[in-house]
Amino acid sequence: MGKLISMEGNQAAAEAMRQINPDVVAAYPITPQTEVVQTFAQFVADGRVDTEFITVESEHSAMSACVGAAAAGTRVMTATSANGMALMWEILYIAASTRLPIVMALVNRALSANINIHCDHSDSMGARDAGWIQLYCENSQEVYDTLIQAVRIAEHPQVRLPVMVCYDGFIISHAVECLKLLEDKEVQEFVGEFKPVNSLLDIAHPHTFGPLDLYDFYFEHKRQQIEAYGPAKQVIVEIGKQFSALSGREYGLFEGYRLQDARLAIVLLGSAAGTAKEAVDRLRADGLPIGLLKLRAFRPFPSEELIQLLGGFEAVAVLDRAVSFGATAGPLFTEISSALFRADRRPLLVNYIYGLGGRDIDIEDIQKVGEELERTAERGKTEQLVDYVSVRE
Amino acid sequence: MASLKELSSNKELLSGGHRLCAGCGASIIVRQVLLAADTPVVVANATGCLEVATTIFPYTAWRCPFIHCAFENAASTLSGVETAYRALKKKGKISQDIRFIAFGGDGGTYDIGLQALSGACERGHRMLYVCYDNQAYMNTGIQRSSATPLGAATTTCPAGKLLPGKSQNRKDLTEIMAAHHIPYVAQTSPGRWNDLVSKTQTALRTEGPSFMNVLSPCPRGWRFPPNETIKIAQLAVDTCLWPLYEVVEGKWRLTYRPKQKLPVEEWLKTQGRFAHLFKGDNQQVIEQLQAEVDRRWEELLEKSS
Repeated sequence: MGKLISMEGNQAAAEAMRQINPDVVAAYPITPQTEVVQTFAQFVADGRVDTEFITVESEHSAMSACVGAAAAGTRVMTATSANGMALMWEILYIAASTRLPIVMALVNRALSANINIHCDHSDSMGARDAGWIQLYCENSQEVYDTLIQAVRIAEHPQVRLPVMVCYDGFIISHAVECLKLLEDKEVQEFVGEFKPVNSLLDIAHPHTFGPLDLYDFYFEHKRQQIEAYGPAKQVIVEIGKQFSALSGREYGLFEGYRLQDARLAIVLLGSAAGTAKEAVDRLRADGLPIGLLKLRAFRPFPSEELIQLLGGFEAVAVLDRAVSFGATAGPLFTEISSALFRADRRPLLVNYIYGLGGRDIDIEDIQKVGEELERTAERGKTEQLVDYVSVRE
Repeated sequence: MASLKELSSNKELLSGGHRLCAGCGASIIVRQVLLAADTPVVVANATGCLEVATTIFPYTAWRCPFIHCAFENAASTLSGVETAYRALKKKGKISQDIRFIAFGGDGGTYDIGLQALSGACERGHRMLYVCYDNQAYMNTGIQRSSATPLGAATTTCPAGKLLPGKSQNRKDLTEIMAAHHIPYVAQTSPGRWNDLVSKTQTALRTEGPSFMNVLSPCPRGWRFPPNETIKIAQLAVDTCLWPLYEVVEGKWRLTYRPKQKLPVEEWLKTQGRFAHLFKGDNQQVIEQLQAEVDRRWEELLEKSS
C-alpha cells in the first residue's frame, strides 16, 4: 500500500497520469490546469513515462489529436479548463459519438465574459449534453483516485465513452492536501493493458471513421449511443468497488453524508461538499435532521437511485455552481427535480446558485441554507425557487 | 519513377462508385497520390466534397484506413494518429511501415484549418498534407475562400452591377508552408500526372512533414464541361497562374517551365466564373490579375534561380 504525501490537486492529477502512463497525451496549457501539463511535460523530459506528448497549438487541436490517437488504438489523456474546453466543444461530441475512451481532467473554471480564472461549473455544465461521462471530485484524493478509475470506466467494453474528471479550479487544483498514493505497480495492474477496438492502424482490416451519416442511419446510431449510458452507471459502481478493494476508499455514483435519519438534504457537486459536511455537523448539533448528498456522477445521471434515496425527504436544497441562463433554475436543480417528479413522495425543492467566478462559499452560508430549508419544510411550500448565496443584489 | 502503365497496375485505394461529380479534380488527385504510395497509408480528410461524397454510410469508397473528424482539423487529427503509430512502434506493438496522408480542400486548409496545419508542421509529424485547391467552398455551394482568385464570381462574391466578383487576390499558401521551413513543400497539378506522382513519392520519403498544394479544377464551381478538367489544370500551369515547383530543405526549384508563357486570359475564358470579366469595363480586372501573376512568377523565378 502506498504512501501519504502532500501535494497540490494538479500535481495529484499529473501523478495519476504518470502512473497510468498513457500512450499519448495531447494538451494545451490554460489556467488553472497549466500545472498538470507542465508537471507531466517534466515527467516526459525526465523519461519517467513512455508517453508521446503532443504539444498542440490549441485545445481544438488537443482534442482532435486525442481523437486521432484514440482511433489509432492507443490510451489517450488530456486536461483543460473553461475557455479551453469551449474551444474543444465541437470535438467533444465527435469523441463521444465515435466511442473513443479518452480521459480528460477538467479543472473547473468560469467561462468568459468577463474573463475570470476562478472556479465555477459553467464549463462542464455547458458540455453536459456532449456525451461524455462526468465525474466530480471533492478533493485531491478523489481527483487522483477518479482519474485512475476513469481509464477503466472509459475503456470498459460495455461503455467505450470518454470520461471527464471534473475538479474545482484553485480550490482543489492549487490547494496543498495530504493524500495517499498507490504504488506504480498497483496502478499499472489496476488499469491493465489497453485493448484497442477497430484500430485505424489495422492495415489489413481498413475502417472508415467519421462517415457522412444522414437521415437514414444517424438516428439509429444516436439510439445505440444512448444505450451505453445505462451500463456506464453500473460500470462506475463496479470499478468503484474494485478500486475500494485496492485502496480502502469507497467510490460510487454519489456519497451520502448523515442522510440515514435525515428529513432535509443538501445536494451539490465538487469541493463545496467538504464545507457542507462541516455545516451539516453544526446544524445537526443544533438538532436539525439534515444530511448531504454529494453527487459524483452527473453523466450518466443516477435518476433511479436518487428517487430511492431522496423520495421520502421533506425538503431538499440543490446548490448549483453554474447558471443556465433563461432556464427554470440551475442545471443540477433541473436534473434533480426532473428525476424526483417520478417519486411517490416528492420533497419540496429549492435552488441556490453559489460560487460563480470563484466567489467563496463558507460554512455559515450553507448553515443558512439548512436553516431556511427547515422553514420551507415547516411552511410546507417553496416560496422562492431560486436564490443566490453571498451576492450583492 | 514508375511508368504510367506500372502505376495503373497498383491497387486503387479509392474505389469507383463514390458520388463525386464527373470531372471532379479531387478524385483524380487522390487516385494519383495513392497510386504513388508504395507503403500502406492511413488517410485523414477534412470535411468537404471529398469526404461527404466518398463515405455516405453504410458505404465507403476507401480501401485504406480513413478518418474524418471535422472541417478544420485534418492536420491535428492525423498528428494524433501519427503519434499513436510512433508510440506503438516504440513499444514493439506494430512493425509495419505506415505513411500518413491528409487531404483537405482550400476551405479546410487555407482558411479554417490553417492553424491546425501550421501547428502540425511546426511539431514535425511525419505526414503528407495534400490540399486539393478548387479555389472556393464547393461543398456548401461555391462560396469564396482565401484561395479564390481575383475577379472570380462565387455565391458570396458574385459578379453584380457594382462589383466584378472577388475584389482581392488569392493567398499564397504554398509560400506560407515554405516559410515553415519544413523539409518538403511542393505545388503541382493533375494536368501533369508525372509531376504530381514524383512529388508525392518525394514527400512520402521525407522524414518529417511535407505539404503539397494541388490545383483541383471544379466543373460545377468554375463552370466548364467535365471533360475539360485536365486541360484547364494544364492551362493554369502554362499561364503561370499555378506554377509547378518544389522547396526541398529550403531550396526552391521550378519543376516545369512552360515553353511559352500564355496570357491568363487563355485560362479565364475557359470558365464561366470569369465570363463577366470579358464584358463592359471589367477588362481592367484581367489586367490586374495578369500583373499579379507576372509579379509572383518573376519572384518565383528569382527564388528558383
